[in-house]
Amino acid sequence: MATTATTTGTVEPKMWLGGISPMKVSYGKLMMWFFLISDTFTFSALLVSYGLVRFSYPAYSGEVADFTFSNIYWPIPEKVYEAVPFLHGVELPLVFVGIMTFILILSSVTMVLAVEAGHRMDRAAVEKYMLWTILGGFTFLGCQAWEWAHFIHGTESGSVITEIVNGEWVERTIFGANLTENQYGPPAFADFFFFITGFHGTHVFSGVLLNILIFYRASTGFYDRRGHYEMVEKVGLYWHFVDLVWVFVFTFFYLV
Amino acid sequence: MSVVETGIGTTVHAEEHEHHEEQNFWRKYIFSEDHKVIAKQYLITGIMWSVIGIAMSVVFRIQLGFPNANLSWLKPVLGQWINDTGQLDPNFYLALVTMHGTIMVFFVLTAGLSGTFSNFLIPLQIGARDMASGFLNMLSYWFFFTASVIMFSSLFLQTGPAAGGWVIYPPLSALPQAHIGSQMGMTLWLVSMTLFIVSQLLGGINYITTVINLRTRGMAFNRLPLTIWAFFITAILGLISFPVLLSAALLLIFDRHFGTSFYLSEIYINGEALPNVGGSPILFQHLFWFLGHPEVYIVLLPALGITSEIIATNSRKPIFGYRAMIASLIGIAFLSFIVWAHHMFVTGMNPFLGSVFMFLTLIIAVPSAVKAFNYTTTLWRGNLVFTPAMLFSIGLVSLFVTGGLTGIILGNSALDIQLHDTYFVVAHFHIVMGAASAFGLFAGVYHWFPKMFGRMMNNTLGQIHFWLTFTGIYLVFFPMHYIGIAGFPRRYYQFTTYNFSSSFTDLNAFISVAAILSFLAQFIFLWNFFYSIFKGKKSPQNPWRSNTLEWTAPINPGHGNWVGEIPPVYRWPYDYSKPGAPEDFIPQNVPYSQTPESNLPHENEEIAMEKVIEAQNFNDQFKEAH
Repeated sequence: MATTATTTGTVEPKMWLGGISPMKVSYGKLMMWFFLISDTFTFSALLVSYGLVRFSYPAYSGEVADFTFSNIYWPIPEKVYEAVPFLHGVELPLVFVGIMTFILILSSVTMVLAVEAGHRMDRAAVEKYMLWTILGGFTFLGCQAWEWAHFIHGTESGSVITEIVNGEWVERTIFGANLTENQYGPPAFADFFFFITGFHGTHVFSGVLLNILIFYRASTGFYDRRGHYEMVEKVGLYWHFVDLVWVFVFTFFYLV
Repeated sequence: MSVVETGIGTTVHAEEHEHHEEQNFWRKYIFSEDHKVIAKQYLITGIMWSVIGIAMSVVFRIQLGFPNANLSWLKPVLGQWINDTGQLDPNFYLALVTMHGTIMVFFVLTAGLSGTFSNFLIPLQIGARDMASGFLNMLSYWFFFTASVIMFSSLFLQTGPAAGGWVIYPPLSALPQAHIGSQMGMTLWLVSMTLFIVSQLLGGINYITTVINLRTRGMAFNRLPLTIWAFFITAILGLISFPVLLSAALLLIFDRHFGTSFYLSEIYINGEALPNVGGSPILFQHLFWFLGHPEVYIVLLPALGITSEIIATNSRKPIFGYRAMIASLIGIAFLSFIVWAHHMFVTGMNPFLGSVFMFLTLIIAVPSAVKAFNYTTTLWRGNLVFTPAMLFSIGLVSLFVTGGLTGIILGNSALDIQLHDTYFVVAHFHIVMGAASAFGLFAGVYHWFPKMFGRMMNNTLGQIHFWLTFTGIYLVFFPMHYIGIAGFPRRYYQFTTYNFSSSFTDLNAFISVAAILSFLAQFIFLWNFFYSIFKGKKSPQNPWRSNTLEWTAPINPGHGNWVGEIPPVYRWPYDYSKPGAPEDFIPQNVPYSQTPESNLPHENEEIAMEKVIEAQNFNDQFKEAH
């Protein structure tokens, strides 16, 4: 079997004939793509479950101005998420979550810049943009922590719920939400909020850890020695995916 | 013309092998990154699980066949689960069925089958040095191993392992007070399965990526052996369906431990209302079966792929309808994602929705029939060689048809409502998915044993094993259909309360005896397997005179599989009994220019491509930095 050293360039490789990576991507990048497909289904299952439970509850049907929290119907998201740090008592519907989303999307932009700098083998620029991306990730997580804290502590007046205790209807005021009760609406609303944003937050957190690893390796010259910055690109794929998932979470929890 | 043994001794590039230094025992056999060792690890673990899983079924078969028998003799093994009067504990009966299902479906037929043969055959048949990522591959096995250890340890809990059925429907599985099996046993089940899913994910992305990226020169997708097509599509199925089970399991964990109500609503236990409102237990069933139905094909497709390869080889004929076989694999895989609710016809779903799912379900009969007919037409007038692998493959076709026909019955929502949760269902899926896939596993082991261990298994013992197993399976599961039609419900500890139901006792006893005998027959296989690893006859280079690439590698391939260059591929893998050819097989690595006597006109045109193929040497892992 004569196989001489291939003179690339003279022969145009046939991409699907074997002996070559058909999509011109490394196995690592392919694997990341397939992992992301799989993760898409994890999140899809959660969001579909959320949709199913949500539509098993009636929507609020009265005037928006008259809206009050009740565990009979699903709340209007603008009424739930209206707080902003340091602006106590001011109703700013969806402003804070808008800022969070903007920060996360910005961190995606800096990630793109880091990947691009990696293509140019520009170590300093990779370090700079990775640092911005890490900062964006931590800021997002911090915002989420605040949002959760506010959600858990609840409004000042709380909500009065009626429930059956030992066969009798009892009225009780509850503040905020946890996994078993919820002042803003049905407990399922809080359950899904905590689970899905928490699951997404876990993804963001692991993304930040990966970003830190990339930053460390880039700044110690690891990728320069290796000769390419593909790892930045792979982690970048993950980071963009996590952002994209947030766009869906944002849409389903806050907008719809 | 003699067979060209590419790569062996012809071109030796010793200097290429920096990777080849001796590794210590731990790296070589335990934490190995070599796909062949990982495959064997999966196989041995799978075999150990299958012994446990089948032994469990024997215990509950004894209970079903001989309801009031004295089982004190099982006390040394089962301990407190046999009470003082020698009766099997009813709670433990439920745990046995649950664990039998879990073990056989996930640990034996998913990990044991795909894990073994995808790992072993993908690199060897596509011409790769190893999996794309040996490290992730190793991690995949060790996640599976950890999952195994946790599942195994749950067997020894005071409260017993999970007992809510392998489908773990809430609220039964979600409420620890519902059943002792829903306590620690269920927790460990969920933890174990979560790790199992991670293992499947790591394995799956590796299989898919390896098939796409690491095929050798000339190995276009339309030259892939059908085994590889099957493993490839199976991996895609797992990649898409297992994450949904992960979500379902995580939500269930929250319901169990953190007070959420994803699956729980309006439940009274002992007259007391639970606080949970708003969830839906049907939601879990939807999520579960979105995995659960593709899982059937995750189990079956590798067996079908293995069978395609073995039947073609041992019929000494090209596989009939190579493209139709691929198309039907893809068709089955696609349909498997949109039929899940046929497991849920009795959940009170809208009858119109039921008829949609019924329609989609029955369409699966079309690609399945294509496969059954293609197997038959491949066998038709072939020079059949009845190796044990061939017998098991033909047995698979038989089981696939038998079980497929009852599948058409169960797919009808009107009939399913009558037959749901009876032994008819049990008989159906054991034949079409359980036994058929197990036959695929046996066929694969008999066929590729020489490549795995460099030795042959005993042929006579293999034949005996086949005939005992084959008759055993039919004796167990054929009568079960009648019991099911008569109304015997599954998962019942005992069904002898009423006069009409005690009329099943004779048939049940018969089934149990057949089951015990079939179980004992498996020890022939076990002995043959383990004895042959050490003492079997040395294997020749290509014992089945097969076309695929793995038989061009050394008899005991080292790390990297081929010495020197990886052989290129010039033709499809099914050139058996080609008119004009001196031998009745032409391996994939024989160029058309060397076989002018048997080339078809369009194949002569392929000769010009040979130079192109040989030049396509861009992905040898030993040369490329990775």
